Amino acid sequence: MIDVQDLVVSYGTATALDHVTLTVGKGEMVALLGPNGAGKSTLANTLAGLLRPASGSVRIDGRLALIPEGRQLFPDLSVADNLALGGWRSGRRDPSAVYELLPRLAELAGRRAGVLSGGEQQMVAFGRALMSEPDALVVDELSLGLAPGVTADLAAHLAELNRSRGLTVLLIEQNARLAFDLCSRAYVLESGRLVTEGECARLADDPRVAGAYLGGAIT
Amino acid sequence: MSAFLTYLLNGLAVGCAIALIASGLVTIHRVTGVVNFAQGTFAVVAGLCTSSLLGLGFPHGLSEVAAVLAAALAGLLTGLAAIGRPGTTPLSSLIVTLGVGVLAYAVEIVLWGDQPRSAPGLAGSVVIAGARIQTQHLLVIGVTAATFALLAFFFGRTYLGKALTACASNPYAARVVGIDVRRMGLLAFALGGLLGGIAGVLVTPLRPISFDTDVTLIVNAFAAAVFGALTRPVIALVGALLLGVAETMAAGYGYGSHQLEIALGLMIVVMIVQASRRTTLSQESA
Repeated sequence: MIDVQDLVVSYGTATALDHVTLTVGKGEMVALLGPNGAGKSTLANTLAGLLRPASGSVRIDGRLALIPEGRQLFPDLSVADNLALGGWRSGRRDPSAVYELLPRLAELAGRRAGVLSGGEQQMVAFGRALMSEPDALVVDELSLGLAPGVTADLAAHLAELNRSRGLTVLLIEQNARLAFDLCSRAYVLESGRLVTEGECARLADDPRVAGAYLGGAIT
Repeated sequence: MSAFLTYLLNGLAVGCAIALIASGLVTIHRVTGVVNFAQGTFAVVAGLCTSSLLGLGFPHGLSEVAAVLAAALAGLLTGLAAIGRPGTTPLSSLIVTLGVGVLAYAVEIVLWGDQPRSAPGLAGSVVIAGARIQTQHLLVIGVTAATFALLAFFFGRTYLGKALTACASNPYAARVVGIDVRRMGLLAFALGGLLGGIAGVLVTPLRPISFDTDVTLIVNAFAAAVFGALTRPVIALVGALLLGVAETMAAGYGYGSHQLEIALGLMIVVMIVQASRRTTLSQESA
C-alpha cells in the first residue's frame, strides 16, 4: 500500500508538489497522469526516498521499487550486473526468477546495458526493480520512447505481476490510453497539484481529461 | 645500451609508484567526481609511518601494512571532510581536499618534524640483460602489478566493486536501487588512501620523504591521471609509466633538476589536447 498525505516537496523556493494526497491500495494498480513539469517524477523520487518532503507524510507497506524515467541503467555494466545490483536492498543476487519471467533478459545477460535498444533497456529496468522483491512498484513513464508493441509487451508483464502476485503499482504516464487500459483508478497532477481523480472509466468520459490526455473523448 | 636499459627499468619503477597514487585519484574521482588534492598526503603519511614503526623496532611487513592502513584511515578522514556533508559540490570538496593537504603539513611537522625520513627496503640489486636494477625497484614493479590485478578483480568481479562502478556510472540509478552513494564515496576515499599508502611505503626506501613531498607526488600522479581523463585507471597507468621513464631518462642523461617541469609540461599538453578534443566532440554532436 502507498499512502501519501498532504505532501509538499520543494526545490529551494519552488514548490514541486503542493499538498498532494494519494493512496494506492494493496494489490491495486493506479495511474498518475500529468503533463511535463507537473511534478510526477518528483513524486516518484519522493516515494522512493530520494527526495525529502518539506511537509506531509509518505507511508509504504513493505518494500517499494522504482522504475525511473529514462530507464537509468548502469550503461557500463552487463545486464546480469544491472539485475544483481537491483537486489542491493533485498540481498538477492540470483536473477534466475527474473529470467523466468522475462526470458529475453537471460539471452542479453552478458551484454553491456548501454548498447541495448530502448525496449530492451526498459525490460532491464523492469527486471532490476523486480530483483528487490518489491511489494509496491512505481513505474515512471513505462512507454516513453518505446514502440507500441514493446510497450504492450511490458504492460502485459506488469498486469500479470499485479494479478498473480498482488503487486501494488503506481503507473506514472503521459500515455493515458495505456494507463486507462491497465489501471482501475487514476489521479491527474498539474503544476504540482492534484486536479482530479477517480475511476478510469469516468475520467475517460471527462471532457477536460479526454481533451488533454486522449486527444478527444473516447468513443 | 645497458645505461639506457637501467634508466628504462628504474623509470618503470618510478612510473609504477606514480601509477598507484594516480589510480587512487582516479578511483576517488570516478565515484565522487572530486579531484582529491590530498592524494599525495596519503603516500607521505604511509612513508613517515613506516619510517617511525621500523625505527621503533617493529618488523618489516607489519610496519608497512600498518602504515598502509594508516593511509587508508587518512583517506577515510579526508573523505569525511570532503563529502561527509550531503549536498557538497565536487568543487567545494576539491577545495576541502586542498585544505586537508595543508592541514596535514602541520600535523606531520608536529609528529615527525620537517626533516626528510627514509626507511630501509629490499637491499641489493640484480642484473637484467646487462642492466643493474635495485631489488626495491623490482619490488615496486611487482607490487604495482599485483595491486592493479587485484583492483581489476575487485571492480570487475566483486559485488562491492560493481556497486562502486555503478556509483561512477550513474549515481542517480545507484540511489534508486538503494546504494548509499555517499558511503561508497567514503569507501573510494579509503581505497584512494590505501593506494597512496602502498605507493608511500614502496617509495620511502628509494627516496627520503618529508611533509612536503606530496607536492611532487601529486603533480606527477595528477599528470598521469589526467592522461586517463581522471576516469580510466589503465590509461593512467600507461601515462604514469611514460612519465616515470621520461623523468628517469631526463635525470640519467643530465637533466635531473627538471623532472618536475617534465611532469608539469606533460600534464599541460595532455590537458590542452583533451580540452580541444572535447570541444571538437561537443561541436560535432551539436
